[in-house]
Order: sequence, then C-alpha cells, then structure tokens
Amino acid sequence: MKDALARKGIDGVTLLLLPAVFFVFALFIYPFLYGLFLSFAPKDGGWWLGNYAKFFSDPFLYDTIGKTLLVAVPVTIVNLACSVPVALRVRLMLKPKLLTTILVIPITLGTVLVAEGMLNYFGPRGWLNRFLMEFHLVSEPLHLIHNYWGVFLSLVITGFPFTFLLTLSYVTGIDPALEQAGAMLGARGWDRFRHILMPLLLPGLMITFCLSFVQAFSVFPSAVLLGAPAGITRVISVAAYTAAFEEYDYSMASAIAMIMATVQVGIVALLLGLQSLFYSGPAGGGKG
Amino acid sequence: MSLRNFKALRLDAMSRDFGSLNALKGITLNVERGEFIALLGPSGCGKSTALNCLAGLLPLSSGSIWLDDKRIDTLGPEGRGFGMVFQNYALFPHMSVRKNIGFGLRMQNRPKDEIARRVEEAMRLVRLTNQGDKLPGQLSGGQQQRVAIARAIVVEPPLVLMDEPLSNLDAKLRLEMRAEIRRIHASLGCATIYVTHDQDEALSLADRIVVLRDGQTRQIGTPAELYGRPAHSDVAEFMGYRNIIKTAAILGANLEVTIGGAKLWGTSVDITASGDALAAIRPEDLSVSSDGPISAIVQTAEYRGRDFFGVALTQDGTELYFRSERAVRQGEPIRLSAEPHRILVYAA
Repeated sequence: MKDALARKGIDGVTLLLLPAVFFVFALFIYPFLYGLFLSFAPKDGGWWLGNYAKFFSDPFLYDTIGKTLLVAVPVTIVNLACSVPVALRVRLMLKPKLLTTILVIPITLGTVLVAEGMLNYFGPRGWLNRFLMEFHLVSEPLHLIHNYWGVFLSLVITGFPFTFLLTLSYVTGIDPALEQAGAMLGARGWDRFRHILMPLLLPGLMITFCLSFVQAFSVFPSAVLLGAPAGITRVISVAAYTAAFEEYDYSMASAIAMIMATVQVGIVALLLGLQSLFYSGPAGGGKG
Repeated sequence: MSLRNFKALRLDAMSRDFGSLNALKGITLNVERGEFIALLGPSGCGKSTALNCLAGLLPLSSGSIWLDDKRIDTLGPEGRGFGMVFQNYALFPHMSVRKNIGFGLRMQNRPKDEIARRVEEAMRLVRLTNQGDKLPGQLSGGQQQRVAIARAIVVEPPLVLMDEPLSNLDAKLRLEMRAEIRRIHASLGCATIYVTHDQDEALSLADRIVVLRDGQTRQIGTPAELYGRPAHSDVAEFMGYRNIIKTAAILGANLEVTIGGAKLWGTSVDITASGDALAAIRPEDLSVSSDGPISAIVQTAEYRGRDFFGVALTQDGTELYFRSERAVRQGEPIRLSAEPHRILVYAA
C-alpha cells in the first residue's frame, strides 16, 4: 500500500500540502461557491435566475460591461504597446536597474495615492493646466479628470509597470544570438523584430495581455476618484458596489460579480485559445 | 551585392577595447579567397572578440577591415553579407528547418522558386534531406549543427565565420562533423574563419592557423609549421609540447641543454648566444629506452591502448611527461631519451 502510493509520488511530504489546500478552500473556493449560490437566491424571492434577468434587462446595469471593456481594452493595449519597445531598449542597457526602479515605483504607491496625485496634477488648477495656460498652449484648461481620460491615465500609470515587468522578463528570455543570427543573414531592424522577436514574444505577450487586462477590468478606486462614476466610467465594479453597499442587495452584487468573472474568463480563454495557433516552445537557441 | 568573387580579406591592425581592457591589440591578417583559417588560442585570448568584430557584431576601437579595396568595418552585420555559425547554433526555434535555411534568401527578396531550389541544394549538401519540415527543437545536436551550417552557406557568402561550432557535441560526433566541415568547405570553396581552442581541430581543418594570446597574434603558419616548429615557447606549450623545461643552453658546434641533470643536444629556435633557455619536448618524443641519458622515477602512468603516458621525476626535481611502449609501474626507475631535432630550445 505504502509502496503503491510512493510510486505515484505520494508520501509523508505530501501532507505538507494540506495547509495550503485548506487556505485555497477557505479563502477562494468556499467564498466563490457561496457567492455563486447566493446569486441564484434573489433578495425578494422569485425566479432563481431573477438577478441575471434583471441585470440583462436594465441598460443602466448591462451597459457597465461595455463601459468597463471600453476602459480596460484600450488601456491594456496602450500599456503593452509601450512596454515592448521600452523592454527591448532596457535589455540592451548595461545597467537597467535604475530605469527599472523608476518604472516600478508607481506599483508600490497604490492606486489611491496615485489618484490623489493626479487630482492635483491634472486638475483644472493643477500644475499641468497652469503650465499650458501660462505658455498659451491652450486657451482653457484641459479636462483630464472626472471623466474617461482620468481613469484611462490612472490605469496606464499604475498598470504600465506591471505590464512592463512581465514583458521585460519575456524579452530577456530571448537569446540575443538569435537577433545576431538574423542580422548576419541580412535582416534589418524591422525584419528582425517582425520575423524573429515578435513570433517568439507573442505567447508571452498574450499572457501579459490577459493579466494586465484582468487588472484593468476590475478597476474600482480610480473609476470612482478620477472618473465619472455615474456616467461614462460607471464600470461593472461600481455597479457591484452600489448593489452591495447602497442597496444592501448582496445577492444582486454576487450576480454582478459572477457576470464580471464570466466576461474576464471568456476573454482570457479566447486569447489563450488564439495562442495555440502560434509557436510556443522555448525561445532559446536549442541545445546550447 | 557581389562580394563573393573577392581576392583577399585584409584585417589591418584590428583592435577592440572593453573599457580599459584591450581585448584585441592590433590583429593584422590577410585571408585569400577559399582559404580556411583557424583562430586558435586559450579562452580569453580574444579569438571570439576577433570573430565578432569581423562579423560586425562588435564595432572596432581602431584599425580597419577590407574586402579587396572596399572598407567594410563601417558596415553593420547585415551589410557585410558574411555567413556565421554560432556556438549554440542560434537557430530560429519557431521556424522549420527549411524556413531557417531560407531566411537569408528571403531577406534578399529572392523569388520563391529560387529559394526553394537553393534550400533543397543546401540541405542535400549538409545531408539533411527529409528533415525540412521539422522544428530545430526536434533535431539532435549534430543535425542542428548541419542546419546552422546550411543556413550560413546558402546565401553564398564571401566569408563564413564559425565560432567554436563543435564545442557542444560529444567526442564521436565532433570527429564526424569535423570531416563534414572539411568536405563542405572543399565542395564550396568559400573562405572560412574558424575559432577554436582545440589544437587538433585547428590542425586538421585549417590551411593556416593564427595563434592568439592576450589579444595579440603570436604566430601565423601552416599546421605543419605550428606543429613542428612553434615560434614561441608559449605557442609550443599550447601546441602540445607539455614539457617546457627551464635550462641553460650552451651554444657551440651543437646546442647543448641540461635536462634532469643530463646533457642533451637540442635544436635552436631563436637562441643566439649561450644562457638561460627553455627546452620544449612533446611527451610522445620523450620515450623510455634502456640507454637513455635522463634517469627518473615514474610518478604516475596511464594506459592509452597502444602505449603508456606517464609523469616521471628526475633527481633534480624536474617533472617530465613521457611515453612508454611497455608497461611502467609507479616508483620504477627509468631512463628517458629524445632525438636532438625533437628538443626545441627557446631563449628564456
């Protein structure tokens, strides 16, 4: 019996997994299932799918999906598009530590602090607008907060370091000899990027896109602080918050959370499905 | 570009610094069309730096590179059109063997049917037919090596650069691929510069060998010249003269040296007067014979199939690497001898 288990890789050490398994159940699986079942029990009784029917029949609710995607998708694309060239440049630097440190600082500040700073800096009487007015570059202050662009900028500032660090790790994973080999065969910069770097980076960029997207999709503090939480940036997490803490309808809030999860999982699954169409082996030079 | 029909490649005082370190100190060399040159030296001697400078992957600090009368060290790697075989092959992992080999031709915007034809030809030349649709990761080390060679030569470059291409292969495969490289060079005749730290490889492949040390050229010569008569004692040491013995040379009618307390005749390389000298002898030229002049005690002996190689200690404490046709035991007293023309004497 003991031998049979040992052959399958199960022995005394396996018991060390138990605390982790307990926490996964207690902190992740149980609350998830609790929320799932709660979402099927509407607060005022009635049909078990009542919450979902309500969500998809009220434009004030179902529009939040579109509004969230309208923020999350462009932000993720912008972050990714900026990360790749910066990462390619940083890879060639001899001392990339300083630049990496500067780029990473926004992560450590947290969204709320960044939002506070942005309110002061981008506001109608903020430094940016004062500067632009002073030098007569604009005739009236730019509206950069309490609208779509406020949330957009905040997500770029807080999301870029995360996207950049992931991208950098994928970029540095590519053997520099491959690009040199391309150059020796006559490929110029753009050809090397298109034919060698890009195909090898693509699987990593897909993963980066998924993770950055999920982060941006669950935007909440900056949508409230820097956006127009009753209008264009009434994102799905705002709807869930309103249901839970203003209407005290936890069942409805759970349903919205489930819908939010489904949209995220759907998009991530779509991207990962696309990924199987591309090369996804090692990005090194074989037996080296 | 039609640089293929060049007559000579000329390196003129090619130098490269890394900060305050002079990795290459003025290498000057002429390479004739079709020649096979080996850059040989211990690790850190600057041979890979020299190759990267030639390839255009590293800019020169000073000096110049010429292909006939065209200066090329100002061009980037993609402008020189040289072929290169990397140490770890650097095959594009996401492209099939056929796509890898055809990459250079595609970059030249050749017509599709020409690319297909020339890729097939190259695959036949390196004996890789039927592997065209595989990815590099599905090939063995030797096959990857063949793809790397095919990819470098299919564009018919004026010059092929090879950076220790055999160092990742096992001993048997290394010998096989060595013969392959020789065969491919013979059938294409493109000038080749081959970097290695393995003197056997350099001796068996090259028309001429350039021995580098500390970023400087120590000797340029044919394999026979380097094997038989190294110009310096450090080149001799690198070329397999394991016994480098400090001695006093007495220049008379013959050159007399003292090895392990015994007087022997040697051959002068650069001795102009009597004085301190270094005697260089290959282990295989220092053999056990009952009437040999040097007496020594065997320290270790290893069996090599046909014969034995060992280390012996003379009475004055000199360690000697020697060869023996009969079995010798540790602690056994022996007598060693060497022919005068096998003892090369250098001024110390």
